[in-house]
Amino acid sequence: MDNFVYYRPKTAEAAVGLLDAKWGTAELLAGGTDLVSLQKQYIARPKKVISLSQVQGLDQIEQSRGWPMTFKIGAGVKLATLAASSALRGSAAALAQAAEEIAGPQIRNMATLGGSLCQRNRCWYFRDEQSPCLLKGGDKCFALDGENRYHAIFTQGRKCVIASPSTVATPLMVLGAIAQVLSPKGKREIPLAEFFKAPTGPEDREHVLAPDEMLLSVSFSIASDKVKSASYEVRQKLSSDWPLVQASVAFELDGGTAKNVRIALGHVAPVPMLSAEAAKAIEGKPINEETAAAAGEAATSGAKPLSQNGYKVRLLAVAVKRALLTAAGAKKYWEV
Amino acid sequence: MDHSSKRGDRPGVSRRDFLRGTGAAATAVASLVKVPGVEAQEAKSGADVVAIGPGPVKLSLEVNGTTMTTNVEPRVTLLDALRNYLDVTGCKKVCDRGTCGACTVMVDGKPIYSCTMLALEAEGKKIRTAESLIDGGKLDPVPAAFVACDAQQCGFCTPGFVVAMRAVLDANPKATPAEVEKGLAGNICRCGTYEQMRHAIEDLCKAGGK
Ligand SMILES: Cc1cc2nc3c(=O)[nH]c(=O)nc-3n(C[C@H](O)[C@H](O)[C@H](O)COP(=O)(O)OP(=O)(O)OC[C@H]3O[C@@H](n4cnc5c(N)ncnc54)[C@H](O)[C@@H]3O)c2cc1C
Ligand code: SF4
Ligand code: FES
Ligand code: FES
Repeated sequence: MDNFVYYRPKTAEAAVGLLDAKWGTAELLAGGTDLVSLQKQYIARPKKVISLSQVQGLDQIEQSRGWPMTFKIGAGVKLATLAASSALRGSAAALAQAAEEIAGPQIRNMATLGGSLCQRNRCWYFRDEQSPCLLKGGDKCFALDGENRYHAIFTQGRKCVIASPSTVATPLMVLGAIAQVLSPKGKREIPLAEFFKAPTGPEDREHVLAPDEMLLSVSFSIASDKVKSASYEVRQKLSSDWPLVQASVAFELDGGTAKNVRIALGHVAPVPMLSAEAAKAIEGKPINEETAAAAGEAATSGAKPLSQNGYKVRLLAVAVKRALLTAAGAKKYWEV
Repeated sequence: MDHSSKRGDRPGVSRRDFLRGTGAAATAVASLVKVPGVEAQEAKSGADVVAIGPGPVKLSLEVNGTTMTTNVEPRVTLLDALRNYLDVTGCKKVCDRGTCGACTVMVDGKPIYSCTMLALEAEGKKIRTAESLIDGGKLDPVPAAFVACDAQQCGFCTPGFVVAMRAVLDANPKATPAEVEKGLAGNICRCGTYEQMRHAIEDLCKAGGK
């Protein structure tokens, strides 16, 4: 790891004041579960590391009373706190479920919401110091014709075919979340659906924040107790493993039918993506195994897998189906 | 390997920079590759910000109830500070990338990976390592159950497992075997001693973690 100057600002304003106008020289340090490993691999080589540990007010979950119920979650809230929050479990289950599934307890005790949304991708060529791919200034994506079993299956027009890394992105997208962001110029808001970006070179990140911007919090509003949501992911291992595919869903269950359906797909494209096709397939219908399966099929439309990851297409259809059934409170036939 | 221990910076041109420099995109990456020495900048503290390093700075950590002091560069991880500077070697370095659990310690009662936390981030917090699981020659029930059930082979993963398990039982002394297992999801045993660990967990849960 390169050495650096370590800064401990007390306010968010002081933190963004230390950031630079270009990527690469300064990094915010939240839980460090991504950044520290990237530094050890010489993928991140910041000269300034700006610790958010002493910045006040970043680790709060604010919640309004009654309906609509508004949540505002600070960027410094730990994934373990999200997973354990009974308020979220009740009204925004998709988010608590997704957080609970991430890695093991040690990571969830360290990793933060902000770091989770701003983490770098997990392509093994990107993480390998010796592979100068597109994202590190090279002229080639090694995954396109290389080892790509964990990469994207929605690849049309993509130069870099990473799978979006953040498991908390999809639930926040279906809940209609908005990100509050601070830079030396002031605050702005970005809908989570517009927060992520497919990187194509070394000047890009997996999100749209400018190099001198910082995520402060994420907020969303749940209209009523008719809103149901869930996340479902398929992994190789029972625990402590990355999702191969993930689906988050939210809808209003009204007289037995689903209204205002939103379905987001994670770990299958360079960005977490809302699937209008899947949502349309089930809008206004009752949720049962048949309709949920049809929505799952619709979610795969347009998928163009790589040489080794065609299997993910089937898994995605299943994940969407099971997320819908979970949210509707149907029997989990897959649990024995 | 261990670049952040007491070894100092990488000398000269690394293989990676060499590969990059000869590549077609050498100019495009120049801004990324050429990182001027951090020493060039002055670490300046102000009212709203404390700046530390890049040289070694005094570090005080509360480890197993004792305050320990040393000097480290900002890049030194908690694991390296404990093992290489403070001689607290219970926590082990295996993956050094936050994926195996051998380096597990408790920080303010919660299990974390010490290989992935900067030592400076642990200042002012209570650190607990496997060394704390013995009191005047009497083993804590968790490692004692490991001994009774022969729940280790090489033993390299064991200090991480017992700390993670102690953390679950401290948080919930009535934890079920399934709950304890869930709390061990972030630890890997390469010898595959899971079956014997299951026996240890059952015994511990029957005895209420005692
Ligand atoms: C074994 C293992 C398994 C994992 N499995 C999963 C998984 O299944 N799903 C998943 O989603 N993740 C997974 N992760 C990744 C983990 O969730 C991320 O490493 C973590 O969420 C990053 O959060 P952090 O607080 O540690 O961020 P850091 O490592 O501190 O920071 C990560 C990046 O975000 C930036 N950043 C941090 N906070 C802010 C902010 N407020 N504003 C702007 N930028 C910021 C940092 O500058 C840095 O570039 C896994 C990690 C490991 C090691
Ligand atoms: S998928 Fe992206 S990060 Fe991976 S090798 Fe291709 S360009 Fe690099
Ligand atoms: S050495 Fe820290 S998790 Fe493996
Ligand atoms: S006993 Fe050898 S790694 Fe667990």
